[in-house]
Amino acid sequence: MRNLFSFLLKNYFFFLFLFLEIIATVLIVNNNYFQRSVVINATNEFTGSVKSIFSNVTEYFFLKQTNKILSEENSILHALTEKSYIITDRSTYLIDDTVYKQQYTYVGAGIISNSIHKRNNYLMLNKGVADGVNKDMAVISPKGIVGIIRDVSKNFSSVISVLHKDAKISAKIKKNNYIGTMIWKGIDYRTAYLMDIPTHVKLTMGDTIITSGFSHIFPEGIMIGVINNYTILQGENFYTIKLKFSEDYNSLSYVYIVNNLMKNEQIKLETESQDE
Amino acid sequence: MNSGYFKHIIRFIVLVLFQILILNNIKLNGYLNPYFYVLFILLLPFETPRWLLLLSAFLLGFSVDMFENTMGINIAACVLMAYLRPYVIRFVASKQDYEPGLEPCIRDLGFTWFISYSLILVFIHHFAMFYIEVFRFSEFLTTFYRVLGSTVFTMVLIIMSQYLFYRPRK
Repeated sequence: MRNLFSFLLKNYFFFLFLFLEIIATVLIVNNNYFQRSVVINATNEFTGSVKSIFSNVTEYFFLKQTNKILSEENSILHALTEKSYIITDRSTYLIDDTVYKQQYTYVGAGIISNSIHKRNNYLMLNKGVADGVNKDMAVISPKGIVGIIRDVSKNFSSVISVLHKDAKISAKIKKNNYIGTMIWKGIDYRTAYLMDIPTHVKLTMGDTIITSGFSHIFPEGIMIGVINNYTILQGENFYTIKLKFSEDYNSLSYVYIVNNLMKNEQIKLETESQDE
Repeated sequence: MNSGYFKHIIRFIVLVLFQILILNNIKLNGYLNPYFYVLFILLLPFETPRWLLLLSAFLLGFSVDMFENTMGINIAACVLMAYLRPYVIRFVASKQDYEPGLEPCIRDLGFTWFISYSLILVFIHHFAMFYIEVFRFSEFLTTFYRVLGSTVFTMVLIIMSQYLFYRPRK
């Protein structure tokens, strides 16, 4: 026993090193499987408030551009309001409102921190549980998809960006509805890849890729990007399609959090039918 | 000695803030990122007890991880770097005796010594960190380019800082 003790004492430098690395490994593994890490949740409130002070300052530099984007979006929304339409047929009055049941609601949120240069990128938003935000909600911007909510605290939420190695988003080609999966392979924040499109489908450069709506998370028809380049590897039955994101993730400042009101119903039905 | 501790604590806070508020927002080419905060470990005095070396590296990695949302990655890389530091110091100048009172910087030990000392340690840190972050070997080469690019970037900043805050010995 004494020998063991003196051995430990003599090599304490190595064992302390080992001990600290084990702590680090435990932290990394917890974090990698996206289990809600206790530490991150506890510190989200603190780091969020420090970062929001910083972003309060930096936001001013982008005010002009942000205003422009907001006003563009306003003009589109104005075009969609009732006042912009002329009633040509009285029968439109007969349509019962209950036919259209609302499925998605939107919460506007500001970005506190954002990254694009890592292999796995995250954003932090200034809305949390207090604003009705929950885990696994979609985050979109006026020009495209942004990510999925990972953790929420009272006033802040952190988002897995689409620029992440685990981001797999069900997408489709707008013109012919073929379904594929969008993934990001790193390095360039402007390009992603669309997988699983069979080679008999006719493609052209510039075809629009949108979300498929198959995932409970993203509504159907949110813009992802356009086809930039496509190749068929020898012996493969699927295209390798390179696509250019419609959103510039380096200049995001405002996003919308999407709440699918029928998500629980959909998931419940799905698990029921799988159980049988 | 008290003022010595104080200097290092201030340096710790300034480097962490500089890293999270300014350097993490520099996105050169979209994927190169300098990790300048490791300068803290490089500049700790030679006489620092080894347990303090490891613990301060742990704390340094922890503070940066907290703000980057990458819990554990910077800790692992920093602790590894601090663990290897005494061996690198012995390796870089095995014949020369380090006089007490000298600090590991360009002013005290010269340009060549400092470059080889910091290049080895910065490379170890970056290598560990980028590969732990990616966590798979299928992207070995692209990750390696990121390691090399970011190491060069960090080294340029470290050398610049050495001359920027150069004060001749009284």
